[in-house]
Amino acid sequence: MGCACARDHATDERYERLEAALKEWAGRPGALIPALHRAQQIFGYLPEDVMIRIAEALDVRLAEVYGVATFYSFFSLKPRGKYTIGLCLGTACYVNGAAEVLAALEEALAIRPGETTKDGLFSLSVTRCLGACGLAPVMTVGEEVYGRLTPAKIPGILARYREKEA
Amino acid sequence: MPRYRANVLVCAGAGCLSCGCRPVKEALLAEIDRQGLAGEIRVIETGCVGRCDLGPVVLVYPEGVFYGRVRPEDAVEIVREHLLKGRPVERLLPEKETGRIRELSELDFFRGQVRIALRNVGLIDPTSIEEYIGRDGYAALAKVVTEMTPERVIEEVKRSGLRGRGGAGFPTGLKWELTAKAKGEPKYVICNADEGDPGAFMDRSILEGDPHSVLEAMAIAGYAIGAHQGYVYVRAEYPLAVERLDHAIDQARAYGLLGREGLFGTDFFFDVEIRVGAGAFVCGEETALIASIEGHRGEPRPKPPFPAAAGLWGKPTVINNVETYANIPPIILRGADWFAGIGTEKSKGTKVFAMAGKVKNTGLIEVPMGTTLRTIVFKLGGGVPEGKEFKAAQVGGPSGGCLTAAHLDLPMDYESLRDAGAMMGSGGLIIMDTSTCMVDVARFFLEFTQDESCGRCTPCRIGTKKMLEILDKIVAGEGTMEDLAVLEKLAGMVKSASLCGLGQSAPNPVLSTLRYFRDEYEAHIKEKRCPAGVCRALLRYEIDPEKCTGCGLCRRVCPTGAITGRPKEAHAIDPALCAKCGVCYAKCKFGAIRKQ
Repeated sequence: MGCACARDHATDERYERLEAALKEWAGRPGALIPALHRAQQIFGYLPEDVMIRIAEALDVRLAEVYGVATFYSFFSLKPRGKYTIGLCLGTACYVNGAAEVLAALEEALAIRPGETTKDGLFSLSVTRCLGACGLAPVMTVGEEVYGRLTPAKIPGILARYREKEA
Repeated sequence: MPRYRANVLVCAGAGCLSCGCRPVKEALLAEIDRQGLAGEIRVIETGCVGRCDLGPVVLVYPEGVFYGRVRPEDAVEIVREHLLKGRPVERLLPEKETGRIRELSELDFFRGQVRIALRNVGLIDPTSIEEYIGRDGYAALAKVVTEMTPERVIEEVKRSGLRGRGGAGFPTGLKWELTAKAKGEPKYVICNADEGDPGAFMDRSILEGDPHSVLEAMAIAGYAIGAHQGYVYVRAEYPLAVERLDHAIDQARAYGLLGREGLFGTDFFFDVEIRVGAGAFVCGEETALIASIEGHRGEPRPKPPFPAAAGLWGKPTVINNVETYANIPPIILRGADWFAGIGTEKSKGTKVFAMAGKVKNTGLIEVPMGTTLRTIVFKLGGGVPEGKEFKAAQVGGPSGGCLTAAHLDLPMDYESLRDAGAMMGSGGLIIMDTSTCMVDVARFFLEFTQDESCGRCTPCRIGTKKMLEILDKIVAGEGTMEDLAVLEKLAGMVKSASLCGLGQSAPNPVLSTLRYFRDEYEAHIKEKRCPAGVCRALLRYEIDPEKCTGCGLCRRVCPTGAITGRPKEAHAIDPALCAKCGVCYAKCKFGAIRKQ
């Protein structure tokens, strides 16, 4: 683990949780994807040293770990904002005006999908169908779901989170 | 079990959860407590009731009174008026032209539905195995392992005529038979819950609203083919489904209905594990899904061999989707003949459609196979809102195609849809009105499949990319008639040469819109005009001098100063300066601004 940023693994409880998760999955068939899910829950993304540790613990080649982590859109190799905004671009949302909502989000956050705001508060992503088509257009902010969106509703929703942090 | 005089069902499907059903439930509980009714009235969270547009939805039984758009403030009135005095709260009843309606069964949306796969969804508490058992749950599994041979189970499923509800419509019983006869041990049962088609959410609804029906059916499949282990592969976008399924598995194990012990005093045992996807549409393809469970990149492989012969870890595997499994227990209990008596000659039983888009009533409906599109859209769906005209219905998501007004009397079954150039797919049904541009829709689906192409085979990886480039040109007003010819040729190549279902069906939305809406493509190319007024690059705003009163509002709101005119005289837009933002169009009080 030659990580130059010299994280103090001994005192970082996140690494303890990672080890516990790896212990649960090591030796079980098809363990890699569940292990990556757990690691991303713990760290918020998949740092390089974590992927190296997963490869060791599960006895999988690092290339395989990297290949899987980059194949699936759910895994992120970059740190993300505190709140991930996922705007649904499924068919029902698209037909009901999700493109205009996206433009409003881009304008309000001054970032494009895949990016994180400078203050580290929001990451913007566009997602596949969330299955809440009856409320289209829909987006999630963290665990919360917002439906029947219009561009005009966006600033108010974002302000709620900004106030919470202020 | 204590007896209650009334049950209050609060829908906790994804739609209702996101519009705030939890605070409604809390408020109901608090008021019931205040009134001292806690011992008489029970509040239950159920799965999706189906009318997502009316959420949060609350149902009161035994009467079956249906309340829509309930707010926490309404709880006091519901409890005091309805539950205490027996007078339903009129203002919360959904409206219909003929007046307010009281009961679920009176809503057109629910009439004409035949609920087999959704039999328990919205009716029982999905976190209670007792309620599932109370609705004959696990009785089919008991019957199978104690009274039937595996061969008889397969025979029954074959005779029922059940076909895969996930897309291709392969006969389920035949699939089970092939897997049962295949050599190799151990065998596996997989449930495909990677419901990736945008606009389809029936599998989510079943997993969230009736998870035990899927687990029971998987155990039945295990008994039929000789497997002891099952996997449910659920997409990561459905966290609530994972949670409810996980809970259901724990309960079933505690009741001895899953696990390593013999079931119902026999030697047969079966257990289930959940695997969560990670956001790759291609994993809905069965060989890619299997690769993903094995821990690899979700890339498909050529078939044959089919999973029935060489599936998970190279062993014979049965793989069916959620809705298919949900049909199995009723088939076992009520018999193949009953099931085969519903539907059409070649498409038996029912199909769940997820209706959304430009339609009044959105949500999930389950209707007999062969029900016409007209019945679905206009009777159950209530037609197109805002007085607009029905233009098309997109069936089967990115693998499917569109149906037009000419198809309104088409029976919705596997063969009729295929012949019309569409596909049943997973049953996503998006209704479009005259404000939808079909070229833009085709482009939307192609962008989706192009982005989700795993990259393994060239026709799909490069072919879809080239097709998308052409569509981008057309919506930008730069397309030529030659492009259209190339687009059609490429579509044929991608369809015939791609490795898996994703590539083979990716051109369908393009081919089907070309077949029925060729004039729209040609308008984009020849006239540089988008008839639906969607494609921004082709939009033109004009002021109708007859209607313009010269009020000057548009001139003042125009951000680019493109509008000129004197007070009380007709104004005009300079197309060179117009940024096509649409502000003038939205602000004009006289309908004098035309968009085309």
